[in-house]
This record gives sequence, structure tokens and C-alpha cells, in this order.
Amino acid sequence: MTPLSQLLPGQYGKLLSLDPERAVDQRLMALGLLPGMALKLVRKAPLGDPIAVEFAGQVVSLRLTEAQNILIDVAADCPIQRPRPQA
Amino acid sequence: MSAPEAQLTVALVGNPNTGKSTLFNALTGLRQRVGNYPGVTVARKSGLCDCGDGTKVELVDLPGLYSLSAASPDEQVVIDALGGHLAGDRRPDAVVVVVDATNLLRNLFLASQLSELDLPVVLVLNQADVAAEQGLRIDGELLSRRLGGVPVVLTSAWKGEGIAAVRRALAEALRRRVRMPAVDWPALVAEALADIAAAVQADTGRAPTRADVERLLFDSTTSVGQRLGWAAPGRDAAVRAARDKVRRAGYNPLAAEPLIHYERLRRLLDGVVQGGGDRSAGSAAVDRVLLHRVLGPVVFAAIMLGMFASVFWLAKFPMQALAAGADWLKAVIAPSLDAMPMLQSLVTDGLIGGVGAFLSFLPQILILFLFVSILEDSGYMARAAFIMDRLFSWCGLNGKSFVPMLSGFACAIPGLLSTRTIEDPKARLATAFAVPFMSCSARFPIYALMCAAFIGPLYGPGWESVVMVGMHCVGLLFAVPTAFVLTRLVLKVKPQPFVLELPRYQMPKPRDVLWRMWQNAAEFVSKAGTVIFAITIVVWALSYFPRDVSVAERIKAANPAAAEEVVKAKVQAAYVEQSYMGRFGKAVQPLFDPCGFDWKITVGVLASFPAREVIVSTLGVTYSVGEGAKADSAHLQQAMRDAKWSEGPRAGTPIFSLAAVLALMVFFALCSQCGPTVATLAQETGGWKWAAISFVYMTALAWIVAAVVYQVVIRLA
Repeated sequence: MTPLSQLLPGQYGKLLSLDPERAVDQRLMALGLLPGMALKLVRKAPLGDPIAVEFAGQVVSLRLTEAQNILIDVAADCPIQRPRPQA
Repeated sequence: MSAPEAQLTVALVGNPNTGKSTLFNALTGLRQRVGNYPGVTVARKSGLCDCGDGTKVELVDLPGLYSLSAASPDEQVVIDALGGHLAGDRRPDAVVVVVDATNLLRNLFLASQLSELDLPVVLVLNQADVAAEQGLRIDGELLSRRLGGVPVVLTSAWKGEGIAAVRRALAEALRRRVRMPAVDWPALVAEALADIAAAVQADTGRAPTRADVERLLFDSTTSVGQRLGWAAPGRDAAVRAARDKVRRAGYNPLAAEPLIHYERLRRLLDGVVQGGGDRSAGSAAVDRVLLHRVLGPVVFAAIMLGMFASVFWLAKFPMQALAAGADWLKAVIAPSLDAMPMLQSLVTDGLIGGVGAFLSFLPQILILFLFVSILEDSGYMARAAFIMDRLFSWCGLNGKSFVPMLSGFACAIPGLLSTRTIEDPKARLATAFAVPFMSCSARFPIYALMCAAFIGPLYGPGWESVVMVGMHCVGLLFAVPTAFVLTRLVLKVKPQPFVLELPRYQMPKPRDVLWRMWQNAAEFVSKAGTVIFAITIVVWALSYFPRDVSVAERIKAANPAAAEEVVKAKVQAAYVEQSYMGRFGKAVQPLFDPCGFDWKITVGVLASFPAREVIVSTLGVTYSVGEGAKADSAHLQQAMRDAKWSEGPRAGTPIFSLAAVLALMVFFALCSQCGPTVATLAQETGGWKWAAISFVYMTALAWIVAAVVYQVVIRLA
């Protein structure tokens, strides 16, 4: 379980959950980002923020602060993995 | 604003980036009218569309949107327009829903929501050619059958394919009035909706529409309650109880709507769309270069530099041609009015000057919108915002603020018009507020004059450059904190999430680009143009009247031996001195004394409020070197260097000390001295409130900073 804001470029997985109370998440749900949907962090902007996320046949730009409540289950077969950050 | 009663109205709705505007242009053949929805800064575009059988309907192009849950004013307008809740607009008789054929699932979410509006629908699957190239096979007939017989048309608006079929489908939809089948809500959700409908009926005595009830149940921030007059305590309890029911159905109430619609759409599209490989392969390859960590910013800088250079330099040629044309016209007309000097001055300085004042902005507007339209239609604008967002987000702006602010360094007018590309109303207003602070080309003459006359001769050309660059930064230095305070503390608008689709790259269609350039220019001329013209006439009158002939006779008598040119300049100076403007300048000079301005500078400052570049020629008049003075005029520079205070504690010392020179430049860097900017700000913010606030704020700030600079430098020097 990784927040979308901590995904590395190229990492992909499935959406676990988002926060329907937030306006950002409501907008993303309208765009088809619903639990179980496959998504991929395509790239980060040159300054590291925002990020470009691909899902449901589209690429969408999101700010890191807006992506931190969106939880992702990184696919086990994803070649890009990293140790979970120490809490 | 609304069509005659007999004429039918059809709304054009769709997600952004679906080619909706291209389809609109194709259907209306550019017979369009552009207005504004009352009270909001959302453009209302409408045009006549022929249904193929001679009947004409009014087609209204509503702003692009992803969902009916209103997050922005644009989206609220669409919802209100479709419900018939806008003053002066009838409820449309049918809706044409434009969807991107390459991504039906995502696009049909809006269509699925629209099925609750109970309006006849035509579904246009646009960009069908691109879908076919991607290997997608779409069964339009099957989709139509599953949607209850609603006409489904595959088009390529870009290539002009399928337009006639859309016209026929529209005629059919209006005749047969086929609606999309309503959503089959799960039992508990349907019950919750019925509960709310009953509660509204009980509390207000009016039966709400299905669409209204859904907004009340599913949206946390809907304004439907206010519109229906359904008040808080009863409403909150009823909505809470209904949402509990939705929860018992197993849905988070705020997520239920998309979950249920997308579930419906998956079933609906099963077998409708087949095939298709990697849909975004082409754009992804381009993005690998254009959004590359190093190459991306380089390409971005190159494009923006090209755009800025074009607005700054390229526009000069048509602007010079316009100025030359105005001079020629003055020269032709003036002799015939020699007998009536007042009328002569009104025509040459007032009328021609006034028309010229706003026409001179057209080249810059047209060139900037050539770039803006190409950047938007190609899909690059979203990438530019993606690259720049980090630099702007901390002060409440966003990546789309860059283009308006950059073009502000050439001219604020096109910059302000281009703030329309910013969807978030808060960021749009803050950007519009910041744009006039950018050091536009009209500020250049006063910097050039001051540097050439004082900074250069006293401190050398090196310091001249430093001061020039410094002055161009002063505005930015104050604009950024202003935007920060405005967005964080003043504006109480809910911040919008910066969720931006990076659409597929596309070749812009020349007709759409040219049309948009024309529309922006025409709107500027018809709205801001009239205001600019009026301001020019008023200021002309203030500096012309009263005009007592005895003034000229006295000057001529006092200088019998002087050359005709010298006398003429002195007469002109005397006239300005005793005009209302001159008297007012003398009267308020004490106000500008802390900035080190004498009455001549004060008159120049006041006369420059309609257009700041006027300062140089006004100084030329008040310093008796003639009104044709330019920044590089040696006469004017010498006259200013010679100017000394004639009375008061500073008597005998030069008026243009280093302190006064710097204060004057800083004042011009910050002051809101541009009638067209104020008028355009009013046009773009939907009223005079923000234009007035901007004017007062910038002018007060300019005075304070100039006074501080003067008082500090005079003590140090």
C-alpha cells in the first residue's frame, strides 16, 4: 500500500482507495478512477511536481499534495520496486 | 439574448478535448454570436444550425466539463443552462452530447449523467477517424439500441466527416424526442432519491426534477438547495437520512454516483467497442521529448521565447503602420479644420487618438491568440502548465498563469484576455490581478528617457543596464506577494484541484485558430474599445479646456523676437498649464511632493493615467520642447537636467535628483496607468469591482513605494 504521491516514475498498480470527501478525488472518480482501476505513474514534471498519471485510457496531471490520500497497491510484477519507507 | 419563441434551442455538451468547438464551428458555419452569461465570466457562444431540412435551431456551445457535480462556475453554467435556470435563457429542447470515440467509457460518464435530465439526445462519437486508426471498432447501431434508440453518429469534425449526419440526427431527435433510458439505481439508492424528492415536495410545495434530487443526494457542495428554496435544518436532516440509506446499500454516498454510472457503462459498452492497441502510444512518444527532464524545459523556453518575441517585436510593424495611418489621416483632415481649432484638436487628438488607442492593441491580441489557440488546440498548453505548475502553485496560481504573465511583459491587454485559458476562477482572478504589474512595453519610454538623461551621464552605461533590468523586476517583485495574499487571505472562493488532462496531441485546425483570434479581437473592440475611446476623449477635454486665446497673445507679445517654433512650444506649455488638467496637477502636487514630483511631473503623471507612454510627450509639452518629444530627444533631456525647484526648502536644487528619477521610474513600474487595462480587467472579471480594486491598489502601492524610494535615496545621496 503506497500513496500515489510516493510512486516512482514507471511504477504501476491498482487503486486501493481514495477519499471521496476531497474535491480532487471526486474529480478523479468522475474521470473513472475507481477502486480496482489499474494506473501508472508515467512521469514527474521537471521540478518533481506535479505528476502525470495514466488510467482509463487517459493521462492526467495531479499535484503531489492532491495525490497523497490516494492509496495504490503496486503490482507485484512491476519491475520498479523499492523498499517500503521506514515509518 | 434568447432566440425567438418559435425557434428551438439545442445545447452542445461534452468533455474538454473532444473537438466540441470544431464541431460547433462546422455545424454553425461561423454564424455565431458571443456574449456572456449574466453575473459570471463565462462566455455564451451560440449560432444557427441548419438541421438539413431547412429548419434552423439555435445551437449553444456550453463550456466543456467532465461531470455534472458543479466544481467551477463553468460547470455550474452548464448545469443551470441544461435545467433552464438561467435568466434570459430557455431550457434547451434537445442536447447534442459530443464524446471522444477513442475513450468512450470515460466520455460517456457525462452522457450517462445527462440521461437523468429528461431531454432528447443526439450522441456524437467524434474523432472516429482517430479511433479507427487506433484499431478500435465501434458499433454505433448497437450503442444506439442499448440507449433506447437515441441517434448515435460517428464523426470526424476535424475532417468535416459526418456533419450532415449530425444535422439529420438532430432533426430526428427533435421530431421523435427520444430520451436516453434513466439509470437503474440499486433499490436502496432509488429509495433514498425518492425520500429526498418527497422531503423537498413537503418542505417547499414543489416537485423537484430527478436531476436536482440526484445533485442533492450525491454532491457535498451543491447549490441546488438554495435554488429550490429548501432551507438548512430540514434539508440537512433529510439528506443525512437519505445518505445513510445509500451507505446501507454498500456505497459511500459521495462515491456512489460514479461507481453506479461506470458499472452501467461497462455493461452498456460490452460488445460496442472492440479491438484497439496502445491508445496513447503516439502522444507518449512525443511526451518523452516534450516533458523530458532537461529537453522539456528547453523546448518550453524556446516556444515561449518565440511567442514573446512575436508579440513584442512582430506586432510593432502593424502597430507602426496603424500609427502612420493615424498620422496621415490627421495630416489630411487637420488643414480643412484650421478655422476651427477646437474641432481640429477634438478630431485629431480626441477622435483619431481615441480610435487609435484601442486599435493599436489589435496586432498584439491577434498574434498572442494565434499562439494561444495553436498551443491549446495542439494539446501543448496542458503540458506547458504541467512543466510550470510548481513555480506558481505555492502562491495560489497554477501552471496556466505563465502565458498570461509572460505576455504581460509585452502588453497587459492580450495577457488579460489569455487568462481565460485558466479554468480555476480563483487562479484566473489572481493571475488577472498580477498581469498589469508586469513591465509592459509602454513603460519602456519613461525608463529609457530617465536612463538616457540621468543614470547614463551620471553613472555610466553599466548602471543604465542595471536600472533597466531592475525596473523590469520591480513589478514581478510586488505581483507575486500580491497574488499570494489575494489567493490565501482575500478570495474566499473554494480552491480548485489542479487535475488537468494531458490530451492526445492533435494538429490544430486553421479555421478554428483564425476564428478564435477574430472572436477575441472583436470582443475586445466592442467591449473594452468603447470604454477606451471614452477615456481618451475625456482626458483630451481636460487638457484642452479652458482655452483662453489671450494666453497665446500674451506669450507672443512677451517673446517678439523668438522663432515661431519656440513660441509655439511655449504657447502649448502655457495652455496645458492653465487647462483643467494643469490646474488640477498644480493643486494636487503637494500630494506627490513626498515622491519628489514637481507640478510638471504631476501633470505628466495625471495625463498618463489613460496610457502611461504619454508621459514623455507630456513632459515634452510642459518643458516647452514641443509635443513630438521622444525619449531620445536631447532637447528634452537637457531641459529636464536644467530644471530646478523654484521655491520651498529645495529651491535651487535640481528637480530630477537621483532620488526623484528612481522614484518616478518605480512609480511608473507599479502604477495602474492604462485605461485599456482597467477596461479589459472589467471585461474579463465580469464587472467593475475588481478593476476598481486593482486600480486603487496599484496606484496606492506606486505612490507608497515611490515615496519610500525618494525619501530613502535623498537621505543617502
